[in-house]
Amino acid sequence: MTEQRILSRQNLGPLFERLAADGRRILAPVRHGDRVGFERVTRPDEVALDYVQTRTSAKSAVFPPYEPLLQFALQGKDVQVAEPAPDAAPTVLFGVHPCDAASFATLEAVFTWDTPDLPFESKRANLTIIGLSCTQGDAYCFCTSVGGGPGDPRGSDILLTPIGATHFLAEILTERGQAVARLAGELLEPHRGNGKDAALAQIPPRFDARQLGAKLPALFNHPAAWQEQALRCLGCGACAFVCPTCSCFDITDERDRYHGVRLRCWDSCGLALFTLHASGHNPRTKQSERWRQRVMHKFAYQPERLGVLGCVGCGRCSRACPVDMNLAQHAQQLAETAV
Amino acid sequence: MSTIAAPAAPARRSLYTPYRMRIAKVTDEAPAVKTFRLEFVDPADAAAFDFKAGQFGEYSVYGEGESTFCIASPPTRKGYIECTFRQVGRVTSALADRDEGDIIGFRGPYGNIFPIEQWHGKNLLFIAGGIALPPMRCVIWNCLDLRDRYKDVTIVYGARTVADLVYKHELAEWDARPDVNLYTTVDPGGQTPDWKGRVGFVPTVVEQVGPSAADTIAIVCGPPIMIKLTLPVLTKLGFQPENIFTTLENRMKCGVGKCGRCNVGKLYVCKDGPVFTFAQLRDLPAEY
Repeated sequence: MTEQRILSRQNLGPLFERLAADGRRILAPVRHGDRVGFERVTRPDEVALDYVQTRTSAKSAVFPPYEPLLQFALQGKDVQVAEPAPDAAPTVLFGVHPCDAASFATLEAVFTWDTPDLPFESKRANLTIIGLSCTQGDAYCFCTSVGGGPGDPRGSDILLTPIGATHFLAEILTERGQAVARLAGELLEPHRGNGKDAALAQIPPRFDARQLGAKLPALFNHPAAWQEQALRCLGCGACAFVCPTCSCFDITDERDRYHGVRLRCWDSCGLALFTLHASGHNPRTKQSERWRQRVMHKFAYQPERLGVLGCVGCGRCSRACPVDMNLAQHAQQLAETAV
Repeated sequence: MSTIAAPAAPARRSLYTPYRMRIAKVTDEAPAVKTFRLEFVDPADAAAFDFKAGQFGEYSVYGEGESTFCIASPPTRKGYIECTFRQVGRVTSALADRDEGDIIGFRGPYGNIFPIEQWHGKNLLFIAGGIALPPMRCVIWNCLDLRDRYKDVTIVYGARTVADLVYKHELAEWDARPDVNLYTTVDPGGQTPDWKGRVGFVPTVVEQVGPSAADTIAIVCGPPIMIKLTLPVLTKLGFQPENIFTTLENRMKCGVGKCGRCNVGKLYVCKDGPVFTFAQLRDLPAEY
């Protein structure tokens, strides 16, 4: 039961103050030159809401690039082990586009299935997502090919859609959204009936991700489906670094003489060392096999196994790729390849 | 280096927090190969712990990292677990430096199991190469400790050289038992003057021994090349892929289906495996 309200841009300042007074920190898009990224902010004038896409995703809010899983105090061979208190302060992620908001469902599926992952869950449980519909896209955007859209409410607790230059339509979508609405009080004004759709960007669909996923297993050994695409792949992992749903990680220890830490760090199936055994055996020796794993995992394995797509169509991987590989283009090609 | 956080006791233990284990016994098995017997430091952990044959864990030296090995001792022997590892990288080197009495970490048990209860009344054929005997040793002892539930037990085990054979005392013990048929072999050139076993590669020895496929479960574990050449021999002997089991050892970090490292197709070796039949593997990408 969605409630609709109107939020004036002038009221963002008071809203931020009330969120802060409630003990919540705010992460929002901030512009530095030609880059926009999610950072901690206190005032709306720090925030860039007219962006197409941030360079890196918002996943760091729940799954940071590296985080301590354990801390050790080392005295010779004696060791004391402590679980670090998770950095899980109540947080509002403000102004994420619907693709990023949707990515949290994929992350949740990975981190909560079968065995709960406390470092993830403690942060996710304290996160409220105030999404921002897209009024502009670019040639890299393909949310509508993977079940999303520029005004898709899924994943947001509150979704803001710009109405003219001065207001947002605010859709209050979840209990967490209600909690923020209660804090906002009169800052959220009654809805005056402004339409949402007219404001939204046009993102034409390029393929159907569900149909592609059903077909991919049959393309696994296709002689032309992977090889040529992957020839240029440098195996640098930039695509995974910027991806909002990539969740593969490494666990590694660091230490000095008296202290140690067990860290979880982002990793990627595109990197050659990812699957390398200590013996030298590597299950995926070729870059084409690693690229295939990336595509299969996102569009076939995760949907079948966890019921979620591993792609939200944000296009970051293709913007970041130093050799101009384009996931949407390749997905479209695969969708058109005869089995 | 960050400081240790205030000791706010977490409501639940993180899955990444290992059990504290004391090294009760170190056995040198072969060059650079050791077996650790591990006992729980906390009696409550020991009381709550249970596992089944085929499962694995993450063993760690605090400050050096974690490594994945199977539990090499059988669940029929209570109060401890054992692991056998070869010193290869950073973590296994740090482990190899530990002595009896030292504390290391263990997370587990993880993964699925060998369905040994479904094998009651059947013949068992174990085929192992080199450092792949440890995952099988758990099953072998589990079944030998419940010996009357199984018919013939045959073990074919080979290594490159006589020195590389692990569990030498147990091989002698199995050899002496009338209810175990043991065939040990070493690669040509790996024999010593007083070597009494066979000389030849494992697949060849399996063919020479020629075990009957009737009412028999085969469990095969070894380097990829050994498995590749042994399967056709088993097929020729009449074994069906659903009666041939193996355990995969893809690289792992979390052990619980999150880190993404051990994926083979849609399966996680850490959750859906490590135990698979060759009927299952036939339908998977050969990414293991």
